[in-house]
Amino acid sequence: MSSEYKLKTPLEKEDLARLKIGDKVLLSGKIYTARDAAHKRLVQLIKEGKELPIELEGQVIYYVGPTPPKPGQVIGSAGPTTSERMDPYAPLLLDHGLKAMIGKGQRSNAVVEAIKRNGAVYFAATGGVGALLAKAVKSSRIVAYEELGAEAIRELEVEDFPLIVAIDAQGRDLYVEGVSQYCLP
Amino acid sequence: MRELDVSEVIPQVKKLCIEANYYIGEDVLEKLEEALTQEESPVGKEILHQILTNHRMAAKEEMPACQDTGVAVIFVELGQDLHLKGGDLYSAINEGVRQGYKDGYLRKSLVDDPVIERKNTGDNTPAIIHLDIVPGDQLKITVAPKGGGSENMSEVRMLTPADGLEGVMNFVVDRVRRSGGNPCPPIIVGVGIGGNFEACALLAKKALMRDLRDRHPEPKWAQVEDELLLRINRLGIGPMGLGGRITALGVKILTLPCHIASMPVAVNIQCHAARHKTAVI
Repeated sequence: MSSEYKLKTPLEKEDLARLKIGDKVLLSGKIYTARDAAHKRLVQLIKEGKELPIELEGQVIYYVGPTPPKPGQVIGSAGPTTSERMDPYAPLLLDHGLKAMIGKGQRSNAVVEAIKRNGAVYFAATGGVGALLAKAVKSSRIVAYEELGAEAIRELEVEDFPLIVAIDAQGRDLYVEGVSQYCLP
Repeated sequence: MRELDVSEVIPQVKKLCIEANYYIGEDVLEKLEEALTQEESPVGKEILHQILTNHRMAAKEEMPACQDTGVAVIFVELGQDLHLKGGDLYSAINEGVRQGYKDGYLRKSLVDDPVIERKNTGDNTPAIIHLDIVPGDQLKITVAPKGGGSENMSEVRMLTPADGLEGVMNFVVDRVRRSGGNPCPPIIVGVGIGGNFEACALLAKKALMRDLRDRHPEPKWAQVEDELLLRINRLGIGPMGLGGRITALGVKILTLPCHIASMPVAVNIQCHAARHKTAVI
């Protein structure tokens, strides 16, 4: 039976250890956004031993490139992008303190292993529900790579952001187990 | 002969870009409602509920349903008795896209060079424009913004006649299986069969423009659509790939005659935020 939790960032290993695949999580606090181009830059900085523009320890990265906000809006539509494209970069970030990722779609074996190794979690947000998810975003500011536009790193303050635990700290994967549960011969 | 100044096309295209991104079609909403009653997975139900809430919220608040407001794919049916004047049609369409994506607060998701620089063009142009010349003196324009996540899961395969209908169906189902949660299921599966390499890809895209509630006019193909939907929904992928009964809302097929040696098949996958709006000038 799946449970529902409220969590606040920065995330502690103990918070994540009790989460199981299929659990619903309402996340609050500060999270960062980054997609392909920002990941490429972060990983390059780590490899060169340079300082990162954001602190990774206990943090959450949300794979999103929002639409521009209308006047009066905090953020435009802001649903997750496909996580698979961040797979080449994610293990290194997890090994440097990142505790959770928010995206959509399955992850590579290397990412699942890095999640297990670091006691991290992969959360699925529902793709294509950008208007709904934008409601949970209370503030947004660009903290790095403004020139990347929709791909810049933003710090978002979220409140009860609705997530599903897709890969838990034990390395169980709902993309595998959920599908085999409902697959018919 | 009827004359039309191409400047009249600009506000129409602008409006269609915005409306397509804000207002998901009734046919899609109906199928999603139906899916919610059929889904057995609690996670799947929660997701379908979120999707329906989102699509209604986007329309009410006039904002994009999905942040990937896509490449602007534009189908133009130009009546052969219509004389266009005052400039070129393609520039006018692109100007409409430029204005729509700017004033509608839509995301600009195009890069200029596909490999080397990949620099954002800044205004979501150029659009991808497909032009058909048809009888009459009207101009029909359909704007279909297409997201990257589902487009990336699409594929063309050159099957041979020996592969038969079973080969076609296996390819379609396998393409959906390999896509998993990436294209934002529940999906709509556009299938183009026949023609040649490039024609079947365009057919698959055109198949996605059909009303989701319609039935293929040829009973034999209607039956194949039903059979494919059944097989796809047995895969267990479910909403967002997290397991469930509803992987697809519909399968739409279009066919063309083809070479005696060929049997090309294209699968164009469409996410649940299926967007297209049409205007006739």
